[in-house]
Amino acid sequence: MKYIDEFRDKKLVSGLLEEIDRLSGQPVNLMEVCGTHTMAIFRSGIKQLLPETINLISGPGCPVCVTAQADIDAMLALARDKRVTIATFGDMLKVPGTRSSLEKERAAGCRVVPVYSPLDALELARERPGTEVVFLAVGFETTAPAIASVVSDARRQNITNFSIYCCHKLIPPAMKLLLDARELKLDGFLCPGHVSSIIGSRAYTGIARRYRMPCVISGFEPTDILETVLMLLRQRRGGAARVEIQYKRAVHPAGNPLAMRMLRAVFSAGDADWRGLGVIPDSGLHLKKPFHGFDAARKFRIAPVKTAAEPRQCLCGKVLRGVSTPPQCRLFGKTCTPEHPYGPCMVSSEGTCAAWYKYR
Amino acid sequence: MNNTARILLGHGSGGTLTHQLLAKSIFPLFDNPILAQADDAAVFSLKGATALTTDSFVVQPLFFPGGDIGKLAVCGTVNDLAMMGAAPLYLTAACIIEEGFEISLLEKIIRSMSRAAREAGVTIVGGDLKVVEQGAADGIFINTSGVGSIARGRSVSGHGARPGDLVIINGHIGEHGTAVMAARQNYKLTTAVKSDCACLNGLVDAVLRAGPRVHVMRDPTRGGVATTLNEIALQSGVQIEIDEEQLPVTPAVRGFSEILGIDPLYLANEGKMLLFADPRSTAAALAAMRGHPLGKQARIIGRVTGKGEPLVVLRTAIGSTRILSMLTGEQLPRIC
Amino acid sequence: MCLAIPAKIIRTSGSQALADMSGVRRPVDVRFLENVKKGDYVLVHAGFAIEKIDPKEARETLKLLKSVSFE
Repeated sequence: MKYIDEFRDKKLVSGLLEEIDRLSGQPVNLMEVCGTHTMAIFRSGIKQLLPETINLISGPGCPVCVTAQADIDAMLALARDKRVTIATFGDMLKVPGTRSSLEKERAAGCRVVPVYSPLDALELARERPGTEVVFLAVGFETTAPAIASVVSDARRQNITNFSIYCCHKLIPPAMKLLLDARELKLDGFLCPGHVSSIIGSRAYTGIARRYRMPCVISGFEPTDILETVLMLLRQRRGGAARVEIQYKRAVHPAGNPLAMRMLRAVFSAGDADWRGLGVIPDSGLHLKKPFHGFDAARKFRIAPVKTAAEPRQCLCGKVLRGVSTPPQCRLFGKTCTPEHPYGPCMVSSEGTCAAWYKYR
Repeated sequence: MNNTARILLGHGSGGTLTHQLLAKSIFPLFDNPILAQADDAAVFSLKGATALTTDSFVVQPLFFPGGDIGKLAVCGTVNDLAMMGAAPLYLTAACIIEEGFEISLLEKIIRSMSRAAREAGVTIVGGDLKVVEQGAADGIFINTSGVGSIARGRSVSGHGARPGDLVIINGHIGEHGTAVMAARQNYKLTTAVKSDCACLNGLVDAVLRAGPRVHVMRDPTRGGVATTLNEIALQSGVQIEIDEEQLPVTPAVRGFSEILGIDPLYLANEGKMLLFADPRSTAAALAAMRGHPLGKQARIIGRVTGKGEPLVVLRTAIGSTRILSMLTGEQLPRIC
Repeated sequence: MCLAIPAKIIRTSGSQALADMSGVRRPVDVRFLENVKKGDYVLVHAGFAIEKIDPKEARETLKLLKSVSFE
């Protein structure tokens, strides 16, 4: 496949590994923020090929994993509402709430439809005027402009049986929180590739400067990830702390202005509750006033739920903060498996625990 | 008024309507002397070791590029027998049909079953027909059972894999899974990929005639190649290593998988078989496969690396390894 | 958290386009991109084209990678 296969070339990978080996010495902790990077790393087996001194830590970049339990329970309550048809990305189907999951609710007779695109969810609303379609808006800045477009279309076309349960979150505030918490000694960030296509490399300049942290925006193929590691090592060696773009073919300093404009037209930033990280100010997206009619929480009067207690012994929070690895969780691989997950980290296809389990 | 001839609850009551339906739409297409006896059971003689299998088919949509539920129902059972080294002989077909189902569609499915059976050289000697209320079945469910004879020296089992065995597959993976998922149109993806649905008994016969020492044969249906390899690893108590670079995947199946974020190793195949052969026999097995229309793309994709804790490992395209586990749950499109 | 894959634009019609990924086709929304033409490669995420792939940058990156490997 064009623009994929060339970047998976074995010879290029070997060359990069040799160079990384040459430059590595002191142990370094590099965090990959994006869940899709975690998956890519595990699928290709890169970790086993890197020198031991390079420690790749998975961060909280899995939008499903960081969805607060209270939000999951709210989604399940919506699913149980007989007027509602839930439309959702497949990732959400098996996420466990306090007592159930969308998959289980579907088995019990609730209408839950997996879709590839939010556009398909809007079309579903058009095709089925007798039901209220609620789209579960989960995802970071890569996905938010798409949902913003669909909400904007719904308003323009006056499709009243459509709404979204909004759980969108923003990446840079979470990165800042991790750095402020100082739980780990980080030497650099592999920044998310497609989030950066939207927000641009300038979004990380503050972080690089304030925390003296090398930030390199990475593509998703093995050569991309390895080149990013190399760029981070070089910065470390040179005592630098800059924002660089490895993924030049898809990321620009200004990001995608049209997408950002759509995002800002429909959403404003506000508090968001991140599983494992707590409430982070200005880290979530909320629908602006003209679009309140498309806010499922308002439409269906979802009462603010006291943060439901996360299952004890579940180490998802620490895993998301990069402080623990899945094998350190007492439940991992024993009580908590992809078939019977305790927390979202095991359920989400790119959750750290799922990746460790599948690709160990 | 709707003039389309449809299945009524009465067609399942065993009375005149049932007999009329069987006489008009089913028996003529499955025409054979055993069925013509119209007795409560089919009577025949079998010599030697006999294999018996059953499978139920609930695929949606009922008609998809490359096949339909009828063809699938015949090939699925024929293949299960063939994988055991048995020559498939007789099949039964039991249908549970939803009230309101168009009779012309039923006839289309029966014709398809008849054609598949004829091409595979098997006879449908019995069956059943029931009708359930609207909503109680997804159009039609079909169960087929089949018996076959195992010639001496041809017995194969999932327990037979041994360290050193080479793993062969007869062609491209993931075609049936892709064709059916695309045909459901849930994700608005269009592709020219056709289901690989086919009866493999001819291919198996060609291989076994060539005389190679075959230890395991299995068709990687639901759950895909990865799941089937895990099943064999468990049954035989072995470790298997598969080479990612050797896996035959067409560009379209790859494209489909990449968009949805799913893995071709977990997509269903309905015309493919995995074969574990003694390394000295591999050349003969490959030649026999490649000489058959259903095996032209046959290749070695891996080997059994040892005995012990069952494990399936993938050697990745960049030279590393990772564990290939069984499929857990459905494969769904993801954004992450 | 961003499964986006490179796809070739087959045809466009306003803010809608047909994208091809190795023979698999899907309608995509191209409202976030300017001047999308037939033959362009774009990254598709959840049915939207989020960025054009810059062929020059892609070539440059590969050249750079090769120089690391073969120096």
